[in-house]
Amino acid sequence: MDFALTTEQREIRELAMKFARNEMIPLSQSYDEAGKFPIDVFKKAWELGLVNTCIPLEFGGSGFKAVDGVIISEALAYGCMGMNTSFMANDLALLPIVLGGSNEQKKKFLTPFTQEFKIASFCLTEPSNGSDAGGIRTQIKDGGDHWVLNGEKMWITNAGYADLFVVYGTINPDLKHKGISAIVVDPKSPGIEVGKKEDKMGHRSSDTRGVRFNNVKVPKENMLGNPGEGWAIAMSTLDHSRPLVASSALGGAQRALDLSIQYAKERVQFGVPIAKHEAIQFMIAEMGMKVEAARLLTYKAAWLCDQGVRNTEVASYAKAFASDSCMQITTDAVQIYGGYGYSKEYPVEKLMRDAKLIQIYEGTSQIQRLVMARELLK
Amino acid sequence: MNIFVCVKQVPDTETKVTPTSDGSFIETSSIKWIMNPYDEFAVEQALLIKQSNSAANVTVLRVGSVKDTEALRTAMAMGADDAALVEAADNLDSYSIAKALKGAIEKTGKKPDLILAGKQAIDDDALQVPQVLAEMLGLPSVSVIVGFELAGNNVKVKREVEGGALEVYELSTPCVLACNKGLNTPRYASLPGIMKAKKKPMAQYSLGDVGVSEADRRVKYSQFRLPPEKPPGKKFDASDAAKQKEVVNQVVGLLRTEAKVI
Repeated sequence: MDFALTTEQREIRELAMKFARNEMIPLSQSYDEAGKFPIDVFKKAWELGLVNTCIPLEFGGSGFKAVDGVIISEALAYGCMGMNTSFMANDLALLPIVLGGSNEQKKKFLTPFTQEFKIASFCLTEPSNGSDAGGIRTQIKDGGDHWVLNGEKMWITNAGYADLFVVYGTINPDLKHKGISAIVVDPKSPGIEVGKKEDKMGHRSSDTRGVRFNNVKVPKENMLGNPGEGWAIAMSTLDHSRPLVASSALGGAQRALDLSIQYAKERVQFGVPIAKHEAIQFMIAEMGMKVEAARLLTYKAAWLCDQGVRNTEVASYAKAFASDSCMQITTDAVQIYGGYGYSKEYPVEKLMRDAKLIQIYEGTSQIQRLVMARELLK
Repeated sequence: MNIFVCVKQVPDTETKVTPTSDGSFIETSSIKWIMNPYDEFAVEQALLIKQSNSAANVTVLRVGSVKDTEALRTAMAMGADDAALVEAADNLDSYSIAKALKGAIEKTGKKPDLILAGKQAIDDDALQVPQVLAEMLGLPSVSVIVGFELAGNNVKVKREVEGGALEVYELSTPCVLACNKGLNTPRYASLPGIMKAKKKPMAQYSLGDVGVSEADRRVKYSQFRLPPEKPPGKKFDASDAAKQKEVVNQVVGLLRTEAKVI
């Protein structure tokens, strides 16, 4: 057993942390307040190879393992959970192609992302189907020499800037899971309406919108796998993406811990720094314990991916534990900062707002527990 | 064109420094090492020259312990072609380091056209190595450069002097230049760069290999100490209008006699 990172992984983390400190943290608060999409930061991160980490070497990617991907995403979320949501959404959208696409599809859709700065969106959730993803209503109909797409998607990250959509729909709603199919859609196709940017509580710099498809024609060769194989692709995508989402919560939690330690040593009450008070010490100890446990679960969930072992159960442990811990840790960080913590002058209130979303997207904390129980009781 | 860049590995700026028990140096066991920030400007300048002159070869040199090779690996990940490391204690003096660098350059067998370094290392702030090295090699040198132009064998550099004024120097290659902040914006090592750096060659020499012995040491460190703790600030109460003049005289007096700032 070896818990150590390789020299190369330490260097990757070093670079990603340097990027987070120099390029993300200084902008994080103002972008959040203005709800400004971090396209400039995103592009810089792409130039350094910090995004699209899931693209395999043979299609122009850097050949990173899942563990490398979570190391990078943890560091970028340390810089800003909101910005990292935009970056991570690219991987989330490209993963179905990596996992379910043919070699031609991978070459056609993935390689351009390694040559030019491009943005992608994963379109699964609908206005009336969130946790119940099997109940998707968006229809994919056979139009002869093409597919015809009709329906509405909701909470689509990067939708206003996307160069590629991966859309989940059904060839027949009566077939339930067995009807679900995934297709790659050009966002410039006629019949696509992208809605207004949602005004969110946190992750305010990430671009979230509804997307409507009205008789959108999609080339036949854009379907990933066969019709009806979409559910399997979505599930294996989630096995890979949940460790990534967990790492985002981990990065945010680590930032809240570091800020809390720094503040507790500076803030003086009753004549001593508050770090000398046991009440604060216990909160900090609790934070440290949860960050470390979340890290071990997250890295293990990614490591299992790299071993080619089914990781559904551990990926759900990681996603639920890291995001629930991040919520607790960021809430406690605000508590340690006291009145200052509640003010936008200090960075911790944003962390608390950002943490909440990670308990919700990519499968709520409750859905994760459902997955765990199913795995444990089967 | 052969460009050599001398880099030093220094403790991260957030390091809590503790002197060793015998006072000969600082505890290094738990230090996180980084490339000296001024050296990053030197590496970047070399890479900028390489960008416009594909025949240029950039070699990074370092004298120090081999436990961590962070600085050299970073420079190669940024784009340097190869590296040479002279194994030595981290508390060598400027003279020995300069002599070791000279020896390492000769060992590579490449004739230097340009030698770049940071103007100073942020750990001991000695500001000596580039000038001593230039003297040993019999080459012209300019330090604290903030501007650089190369045309053939002619180099034009701008040097910062007090009061924000600039001096302009014209030199011919080979020469030694010590770089200051403002010269350029150092690039990040990209992730593909980090992957490629693993395969780049790093030569390793001992001090003996490059002709340096204990007898070359000009400075021996006897006592590293932490600076004394700052005394607490003084407070003056001028709320009583009648006493204000007296308080002002008192403050002015102390600024003259104690703080010695006026």
